[in-house]
Amino acid sequence: MSSTLFLVQVLNGFQLGVLLFLIAAGLTLVFGVMDFINLAHGVQYMLGAYLAVAFYGVFDNFLVALVLALLAALAFGLLLEFLVFRHLYARDHLDQVIATFGIILFLNHAVRMVWGAAPLTLPVPEFFSGSISLMGGMHYPVWRVVIIASGLGVAGLLYVLVSFTRIGMLVRAGSTNAAMVSALGVNIERLFMFVFGFGSMLAGFAGIMIAPIISVEPGMGTNILILAFVVIVIGGIGSIRGAFVAALLIGLVDTLGRSFSVDILRLFMAPSPARMVGPALASMLIYVLMAIVLYVRPSGLFPARGR
Amino acid sequence: MASTLAVEAAEPAPSWARQIVLPAAIFLILALLPVIAALTHQRYLIDLATRVMVYAVAAVALDLLVGYGGLISFGHAAFIGLGAYAVGILSAHGIGDALVALPTAIIASMLFAWLTGIVCLRTKGVYFIMITLAFGQMIFFVATSLAPYGGDNGLTIAARNTVAGVPLLKSDRAFYYVTLVCLLATYLFCRALVASRFGRVLRGGKQNATRMATIGFTIRRFQLVAYIITGGLGGLSGFLLANSAEFVSPAYMSWQQSGELIVMVILGGLGTLHGAIIGTAVYLVVEEWLSGITENWQVIFGPLLVLAVLFARGGLLGLGSTLRRHLTEGDSNG
Repeated sequence: MSSTLFLVQVLNGFQLGVLLFLIAAGLTLVFGVMDFINLAHGVQYMLGAYLAVAFYGVFDNFLVALVLALLAALAFGLLLEFLVFRHLYARDHLDQVIATFGIILFLNHAVRMVWGAAPLTLPVPEFFSGSISLMGGMHYPVWRVVIIASGLGVAGLLYVLVSFTRIGMLVRAGSTNAAMVSALGVNIERLFMFVFGFGSMLAGFAGIMIAPIISVEPGMGTNILILAFVVIVIGGIGSIRGAFVAALLIGLVDTLGRSFSVDILRLFMAPSPARMVGPALASMLIYVLMAIVLYVRPSGLFPARGR
Repeated sequence: MASTLAVEAAEPAPSWARQIVLPAAIFLILALLPVIAALTHQRYLIDLATRVMVYAVAAVALDLLVGYGGLISFGHAAFIGLGAYAVGILSAHGIGDALVALPTAIIASMLFAWLTGIVCLRTKGVYFIMITLAFGQMIFFVATSLAPYGGDNGLTIAARNTVAGVPLLKSDRAFYYVTLVCLLATYLFCRALVASRFGRVLRGGKQNATRMATIGFTIRRFQLVAYIITGGLGGLSGFLLANSAEFVSPAYMSWQQSGELIVMVILGGLGTLHGAIIGTAVYLVVEEWLSGITENWQVIFGPLLVLAVLFARGGLLGLGSTLRRHLTEGDSNG
């Protein structure tokens, strides 16, 4: 395992981490502020990717597709909030699980009906289609760097929004004690709608940005949703900072584990059992990490205060 | 305001009819079904009912955990998968007897429940849902990476398990009745458990964990035992599933499967045990029916679920009392 290959995998891990952060940020806000468990967050990510492909097909321009898909993801999120979610905020988690599970079933298969079951692709924008050469003659695609940069940009924006604006203050207050915020005369419904719409848009954004480097297919949102759950559980529900740290941690651990588990096991195992055990072990790694974190700190690394 | 679909359907004074007549009727119908199927020459009825009963074993166990323990486990399919894989892997190594496979399936599931339960039960609420989900997914990914046992594609089992060397499960009808006995045993066991002191402590923990702790119960220990029992019964269900399908696949433990199990339990009415059987039957029959209409039957089923959550509280068993209340009081919050 050369150091360049290691660097490439670290960058890949970063890229996955940033992607996870984009999804987990919305999820953790919705959890934190509204105490609402939204399983459908993953399909909103999927929808973002599909919308980007659809708009790209019409306008043949990535930037236009990006903007339109973002707006459509926002609109769809608000529609879902209006039709379903706002009636469930006061219900218990079981009801929320069932309803959002129903939405997943619907959207996963609705997408299949509209766009077909075959994977779709979105070309990388011309301007970013090249690759950067690293030392040792390895190349790294520019688009992945763009994903990392845009994710870090969003993280910075979120930090400013949450820490220094009035709405951010309300979000922080809401994740500590929503009832009190409401009692102090804040229009909590409007705050909920804002947070939910923003979260949907972030998930959609993640889907759009990842679309050029993966195949867009039904069900792509479900696996990433579980990873996002692991992220927010490790980070502490309601904490953006926790989500950021945990997302990068999970991204790195998962990517490096998958890339090097066989090599590491071969240091003290015969090659053939190492090839067999390695992948199984690598896929368990992040869950074991989660188990350890929770065993030590049952409410995550950075629990939001007051809960 | 917090009253929900999850409200226990049988909460106000469980009536005699509900506790005795309904479960008895369910099992009577199940016992007579093969006769009806033979008379009307509808063999698929047996297949469908076997599937219903196999999943009902897991659903009844899940009801014990969710309905009485208040622990929403979103990783229940993992236990089914573990039980199924125990059968599959043993049979791949030439061990095809139920006397080995069944205990292995149940113990493997209980062991997994014990190990994960220790971690899961340190957390509450949303955390618990997500952690059980994550552990379920962990086992799923392990199964997909088990290349020698089929990986993604699953594993075909050469033949159904024998019992002490006798091919007792070979005929579909015999297998049907074995499954029925398993379901009945599961149901009676869970009912006895709920009625026992253990069950009362578990229910107390659901209603008010702090108060139970104050009385002096270490509620987490009771919950862990309930979690392990639920896991073991999930393993039993997996054992039956592997034998009925003669095939094992990672899909058995996908998280959609866990979600479906929760839906089955809720659909019938939470915290009734026999409601879980009804819910499973309704779910699988509706699935069968809708998938005859369109390949993407979930497009119809998903919105139905959302509507059920928004408008029908207490599941199918609760529907009757909800309707009655609406008519008599003109209830406005439905």
